[in-house]
Amino acid sequence: MAGLFKFFGGVHPPEHKAQSTRLPIARPSLPPRLFVPLHQHIGNHAKPAVRVDEVVLRGQMIGEAQGRISVAVHAPCSGTVRGIAPALVPHPSGLSDLCIEIEPDHRDAAIEARPLDWRGVPRATVFDHLRQMGVAGLGGAVFPTYAKLAGAPRVLDTLVINGAECEPFITCDDLLMRERAAEIIAGTLIMGELLPARRVVVGIEDNKPQALAAMDAAARQAGGAVVVVAVPTIYPGGGAKQLIRVLTGIEVPTGQRSTELGVQCFNVATASSVWRALVRGEALTHRIVTVTGNVREPRNYEAPLGTPIAHLLAQAGELPGTTGFIMGGPMMGFELPAAEVPVVKASNCVIAKSAALFPPPAPELPCIRCTRCVTACPAELTPHELYWFAKSRNFGKAQEYALFDCIECGACAYVCPSNIPLVSYFRFAKSEIWAREREKNAADDARERHEARAARLERDKQERAEKLAAKTAAAAPPPPSSPASSARDTALVRTLSAPAAPVTPTRSPDEGASRADELETDRARLRELAEQKHEHG
Amino acid sequence: MIAALLVMAAIAVILGAILGFAAVMFRVEENPLVEKIDAILPQTQCGQCGYPGCKPYATAIAAGEAEVNLCPPGGEEGVAKLSELLGVEPVALAVEPRPKAVAVIIEDQCIGCTLCIQACPVDAIIGATKQMHTVIAEQCTGCELCVPPCPVDCIDMVPIPETLRTWKWKPPQAPAPARPPMGKPSEIDA
Repeated sequence: MAGLFKFFGGVHPPEHKAQSTRLPIARPSLPPRLFVPLHQHIGNHAKPAVRVDEVVLRGQMIGEAQGRISVAVHAPCSGTVRGIAPALVPHPSGLSDLCIEIEPDHRDAAIEARPLDWRGVPRATVFDHLRQMGVAGLGGAVFPTYAKLAGAPRVLDTLVINGAECEPFITCDDLLMRERAAEIIAGTLIMGELLPARRVVVGIEDNKPQALAAMDAAARQAGGAVVVVAVPTIYPGGGAKQLIRVLTGIEVPTGQRSTELGVQCFNVATASSVWRALVRGEALTHRIVTVTGNVREPRNYEAPLGTPIAHLLAQAGELPGTTGFIMGGPMMGFELPAAEVPVVKASNCVIAKSAALFPPPAPELPCIRCTRCVTACPAELTPHELYWFAKSRNFGKAQEYALFDCIECGACAYVCPSNIPLVSYFRFAKSEIWAREREKNAADDARERHEARAARLERDKQERAEKLAAKTAAAAPPPPSSPASSARDTALVRTLSAPAAPVTPTRSPDEGASRADELETDRARLRELAEQKHEHG
Repeated sequence: MIAALLVMAAIAVILGAILGFAAVMFRVEENPLVEKIDAILPQTQCGQCGYPGCKPYATAIAAGEAEVNLCPPGGEEGVAKLSELLGVEPVALAVEPRPKAVAVIIEDQCIGCTLCIQACPVDAIIGATKQMHTVIAEQCTGCELCVPPCPVDCIDMVPIPETLRTWKWKPPQAPAPARPPMGKPSEIDA
C-alpha cells in the first residue's frame, strides 16, 4: 500500500470507547415482544408477508421487498405474529411506522438455511438473493447492498471496506472485527469477486490495534488479496468520502458518487452479512449494537432486530440518573423519543445519557464569524455562512453554498465557541428544501392535470357545437343567402353609401349599359335586404 | 477624421443589426410575468381567490387587477414570494389558511351521481354513473370543490397526517440574547 492521504478538517473528540470493549459480544435474552419495522432500509417499505396469529420461524420472510430499491425483512426468532400495526420506531420525529409484532416461543426453530452457489449463477441471481435475505448497509445509511453492487461500473477500481468506526462511544464494528475477522474477510472477497474490483482495501483507525491485528491475520490467511490498512484516528475518518480520500486520494466532487470514480465503500458488518447470506444462507435478522453510557455493564450485544431498546438497557444494567437515550453516536446520532423503540438494521449504538456524560447544552450565542467551523469541516464547506442562510430561510443560497455536501458529522458544532447547534440548522434546511421540492412537484402535477382537463372540456364543447351545427344543417332548408353573396352584400352597402363616382369617360357605351343593369339589380337586392332587416328590427 | 467617422458609423450599423436580430430572434410571446406568478401559486385550483383557477388569478395579478393576498393555500409564504416578485409591500392573507387536507369519499354512501367528478379541477376522482367513486389521494389538491355538489354529503375533508416521509426537522430555538435582559428600573430599585 502506497502512502496514505489526508482529508481536510476533522476533530478529536474524547473517544469513550474503552468502556464497551472490555466484554465480548453477548447474545441478549429474548424480550417478551419484538417489534420488527417493515421499513428499516432506504427505499420502499417491505410488504407484510404474514398474517396475525401466524407462527413464524427464525429467518422466515415476514416482509417482502417491493419495487426497485427495497429489501426483505425476516423474523429474528421463532414465535407467533401478534399484530401488524404502526408502532413507535427509532426516528427523531417520534412518529410510528408499520411494525410486525412477534411473541417469541423460545424454541428458536429456524427455517432451512438457503445458501447460494454464488460462483455458479449469474450476478443478477446473486443480487436477488441478497435482496431476499434483507442485506443492507449496516454502517448507518442502510442502503440495499444489492442495489449498490449492481450500480457499480463493470470493473471497479477499488473496493473499500470501512472499519474505521470514528464516532465516539461506538464499538460494534471493533468487536465484530476482533471476533469475526474471517467472516468479514470472506464477505469482502465475495464482494470483490462479484463486482469485480481490481483491489480491495480495509481501512481501520489505528485506535483499534486488536481489530487491526485480527483482520490482518485473517486477510493473510485468506491469501493476501485483501489489504488491511491502519488509518489515522481523526473524526470523521469513517465517513465514506473521507475514508476513500485517505485510502485512495480520490476526492468525490459535488453531485457525484464515488461509484462513478470507480470506488465503492461498504461497512465491515455489511461484508459479514453478505457472507452469511450467500455462504451460510442466513437472512439478516440480528445486528451488533453497542449499549453504553450510563449503564453498569457497557458492552456489545448481538441483538435480534425488533428488540426494544429498553430490554437491552435493562440487560446492561441501566443506572439511575439517565436523562435520555441516543441512537448512534453523540456526534451524528439522534435523541430517541422513548426507550421502547426497537433495534433496527441502522442501530449501531445506544447511549444512555446522564448529566455527567452529556451536560445540558450551553445556551446558544450569536455567531462571531471566527470560522473555526470552516477549519473543522471535512467537506470543506463554510458552515458559518450556511448557518446564516439556513437561519434566515434563504434556502436557495444555502444550496448554492453546497448545503447538500454536508455529511452532518457535527465537527462544526463541536468546535463552535458560541455553542450553535449548526447541524440542527442544516438538517432543518435540508428537510425544508426536500419538502418544497415535493410541494413543487405536486403543484406541477396539479397544473398539468388541470390544463389537460381544461383542454379536454374545450374540445368536448367544440365537438358538441360542431355536432349541433351539422344536425341543424341537415334538418333546416339551406339559408337564403350563401356566405359568398352576403359578403357581396356588405361590399355593396359600402359602395352605395359612398358618394357616386363620376362616370369615367373612357368606358364604351355598352359597358356603361351593362354596368347600369348590374347596378339596378343590386339596388333591388339591397331594398330586399333593408326590408328584411326592418322586419327583424 | 473621416476614418474615425466611418469606424463609428460602422459600429453603429453592426450594433443596430445585432439589436434588430435579437428583437426578432428572442421575441417574448407571452407575458412572462403570468408564468412566474403561476409558478408560485400552489395549483390547488380551488377558486378561493375568486378566480376560476390559479392561472386566471395569476393573469389578474399580472394585469394589476388583483391583490397578492387572496390565495389561502399558498399561505403567508406564498404572499411573501409574490410581493417579492412584484416588488410590492407584503400584506396579510385575506383569509386564514386551513390545514392541508385530502378529500375522502365515504364509499358506502356514494350513489354514483358523478357530480363530484365534474367538479374536480384536476381529475382526481374516478368512477362512473351509478358506480362508486373514489379519490386518488396523491392527486387531490384539497380544493374542496367536490364537497358542495355531493347530494348525499358523503365527501369528507381529512387533514393529511404527518408521516415519516413528510416529517421535517424543526428549526432550532432562536439564540438567547447576548446579555441578560435589563430589568425595569423599578425592579432594580426593589
